[in-house]
Amino acid sequence: MKIRILTAGAAVLALTVGLAGCAQSGESPAPTDASKPYAGTTIKYWATNQGPSLDADVEILQPELDKFEEQTGITVDLEVIPWSDMTNNTLAAAVSGQGPDVVNIGNTNATTLNTTGAFLPFEGEDLDAVGGKDKFLESAWQTTGPEGVAPTSLPLYSQVYGLFYNKALFEAKNLEAPTTWEELVDAAKAITDPATDTWGIVAPAGTVNVAMHIQYIFTAQAGGSPFDKAGEPDFVTDENIAGVRQYLDLMSEAKVMNPSNAQFTDGTQATSEFAAGKAGMYMAQTGNVAALQANGMDPSQYGVVPVPAPAGGDEVGSFIAGTNISVFKNTKHKEAALEFVKFMTSPEVSETLNKAYGTLPPLKDVPASAYEDFPELMDMWSLILADHAIPMSQVPTVSAYQANVGGGVVALFAEAATGATPTDADIEAMLNEAQQKMATS
Amino acid sequence: MSSTLVEHEAAAKAPRPVTTGTPSPRRSRRLSWGRITPYLLILPAIVFELLVHVVPMVVGVWMSFIQLTQFYITNWLSAPFVGFGNFQIALDFQNPLGAQLARSFGVTLAFTILTVGSSWLFGMAASIVLQRSFRGRGFLRTLFLIPYAIPAYAGIITWKFIFQRDTGLLNELLVDNLHLTDTAPFWLIGDNAFWSLVIVSVWQQWPFAFLMTMAGMQGIPEELYEAAAIDGASVWQQMRHITLGLMRPINSVLLLLLFLWTFREFNTPFVLFGARPADSANLLVVNIYQSSFIQWNFGLGAAMSVLLMLFLILVAALWAVWNRKVRRDA
Repeated sequence: MKIRILTAGAAVLALTVGLAGCAQSGESPAPTDASKPYAGTTIKYWATNQGPSLDADVEILQPELDKFEEQTGITVDLEVIPWSDMTNNTLAAAVSGQGPDVVNIGNTNATTLNTTGAFLPFEGEDLDAVGGKDKFLESAWQTTGPEGVAPTSLPLYSQVYGLFYNKALFEAKNLEAPTTWEELVDAAKAITDPATDTWGIVAPAGTVNVAMHIQYIFTAQAGGSPFDKAGEPDFVTDENIAGVRQYLDLMSEAKVMNPSNAQFTDGTQATSEFAAGKAGMYMAQTGNVAALQANGMDPSQYGVVPVPAPAGGDEVGSFIAGTNISVFKNTKHKEAALEFVKFMTSPEVSETLNKAYGTLPPLKDVPASAYEDFPELMDMWSLILADHAIPMSQVPTVSAYQANVGGGVVALFAEAATGATPTDADIEAMLNEAQQKMATS
Repeated sequence: MSSTLVEHEAAAKAPRPVTTGTPSPRRSRRLSWGRITPYLLILPAIVFELLVHVVPMVVGVWMSFIQLTQFYITNWLSAPFVGFGNFQIALDFQNPLGAQLARSFGVTLAFTILTVGSSWLFGMAASIVLQRSFRGRGFLRTLFLIPYAIPAYAGIITWKFIFQRDTGLLNELLVDNLHLTDTAPFWLIGDNAFWSLVIVSVWQQWPFAFLMTMAGMQGIPEELYEAAAIDGASVWQQMRHITLGLMRPINSVLLLLLFLWTFREFNTPFVLFGARPADSANLLVVNIYQSSFIQWNFGLGAAMSVLLMLFLILVAALWAVWNRKVRRDA
C-alpha cells in the first residue's frame, strides 16, 4: 500500500518539478561582461521565408546572427517560417504568449497586426534604442502604420512590383518594353502561342495575396481605392471593378495567360515558368531576382519596367511592399530583442541581407547593392519606388480585404480558366459579397 | 495441492460475514487508501484529458458567444458578449457568410456520403475476395493497406501532382495516351475539384474499412457457409444472410466512425487546394478555418464549430437510437 502511495506521490512531484522547470527555462543568466549587458541571453527569432528555400534563408541569416552573438553575447535561436504559416503562427503566439521574442511580418499586415496589441510599440526610449525614426526612408516608414499611431513594426526589406520581361522573347518578336497597358496586351498577344506553350504573361492567378496586391494597384491606376477616407471598405465602385477587370482580362478576354495559371497557389510556379522562357512577362516584386537566379535566369536575360497603366490612367505601378520586424510585447528579453532589431536595421546588416534577398534597403544612404552589377536594374527599382509606388491603405481590416477581395479574384480566375467569361456584373457581385463579409471582421 | 492454497480456497468459499453497523475505524482507513490509490494514479490522465479536450471545448463554446476578432485576441476577457449574434450570422442564409456555410454543408454532406459509401463498398469487396486462401493473398493484403500507412500529407501532395492540369499524370493518361478528350481538364479548380477530393479521400479511407471488415470476417465460422451451401443457399444469399448479417455490428460502428471522420475532414482539401478551395470542394471545416484564421473572426468560427459539433452529436444520437432498435428487433 505504501509503495502505491509513494508511486502516486512521486508522479505528482515529478509533474510539479517538470512544470516548474518549464517556467524557469526563460530566465536569463546574470551578465558577466559590462560591455555586453545581455550576454548569455537567448532570444527566439521567427523569420519569414525570403529566399528561394527555407534552407537558403538559414544559410543567409546565420552568419549575421553569429556576428550579432560575437558582438553582444546574445544568442539568436532562428526559425524560418513559410509565408503560408506565418499569420497563424503569429496569431497563436500572440494568444498563448509562447511565441518568439522577435518576428518579421509582411508589411501589408502591419496595421492589422498592430491592432492586436501583441507587439511592442516603437516609441520613446524603445524607438531610440533601435536607432530612431530618422534612419529609415520616408517611403519605407509609411508601411509601419497610420500616421499618429506608434508603429509596432519597423522596415526590414523593401520591395515594389515591377514588370519583368524576357529580352530574348521580346527581341524575337521585335518588341519594345511596354509603357502603357495597351502596349502590354499587344506585346503579350504577339508572344502568345499556345501550340508551343508560350504565353504573353504569367501570374500566380490562384494566389490570394497577389490577387489583392494587383487589384489594389490596378484600382489605383483607375483613380480609386478599396477604402474610403474614413478607412471603411468601399469595394463596389467603378474603379474597383475596373481593377479586377484589367487583371482578369489577361486570361478571359485577351487570352494571353495560360488558363493553368489559375491553379498556381503560390508564386514559385509562376517564377519557374517565366525563368523557363514559357512567358514573355511577369509582374513580380523586387526580391524575385533571387528566385529567378535560383531557377537559372540571370539578370542579363530580363529587363524591368514599371507595371504600366492604361492610357490616361494614373501612373501607379506598385504599392510599397516588403517585410517589417516586430518585437512581441510579452517578451522576457525586451532589451536584448531591441538590441537585435537595432542590429538587423543597421546599415551594414541591411546592405548584406537586402543584397542576398535582392530586396531594397529601407534605410537612408544604404545602396541597393543586389543590383550593383546591373545598374540599369538598380535605377529602375529606385525609380519605381520613388515615382510609381503608393502606400497600402493603413487600415486595420486590410487583412480581411486581402482574404475577401483577393479570394474573390482567385475564384473569378478559376471560372475564367474553366470556360466561363466573368462579366462586370459577376465582378460587382463578388465585390458586393466581399464588402458584406467585411462587416463581421 | 498445498495447504496454503486449500486454506485460501476454503476462505473464499466461506460465507462472508454480514456487516452490521459502522466498520471499525482501522478497516475503514485501510479500505479508503485502497480505493483512493487507483484514482491518484489516473489523476494525471484525468487532468490532461480535461486540459486537452474538455477545457478547449468549453472555451470554444464560450468563444462562440463573444465578438472575438483581432482587436481582442490578446485579451479575450475584453471581447464584447454578443449572445447568439455569431450564430445568427452563421445561420442567416441571406448573408454571404451564412449562404456560404449552407453551401459548404451541402457539399460536405454529399462528399461524406460518397466517400463513406465508396470506402465501405471497396473495403467489403476486398475483404470478401481475400477471405479465401490463394497464392499472393498476403501480398495483396499488404498492398491494400499501403495508403493507410503512408503519411497523409505525402499521399495528398502526390495526388496534387497527379491532378496538375499541364504536367499531371492523370491528364497525360486521359489526353495524351487514351485521347479521351482534346483539351486537358482542370482537376484542382472548378467542379472537378469535388471529384478529386472524393477520389483522394476514398483512396485514404478504404484501407481502414478493409482492415475492419477483414478482421470482422475472420470471426465468421466457415461451417455456416458450408451448411448454407448444403441447404441450397446461393452465393448472394450466403453473403446477405451470413456475411452481412453477422457483420452488422461491425459495419454499424465502422460507418458511424467513417461518417464522423469524413464530415470533419480538413487535411485533404487544405493540402490539395490551399486555403481557398473551389466552391464545389469547400468543405465545412475549411469554411470554419476561413472564418477564423483568414477573416480573423474567431467568435464566428467558434459558433460554426459549435453548430458542426451539434450536428455530429445529433448523427451519433440517431445512430445510437437506430442501433438499439435493431438489436431489440433482432
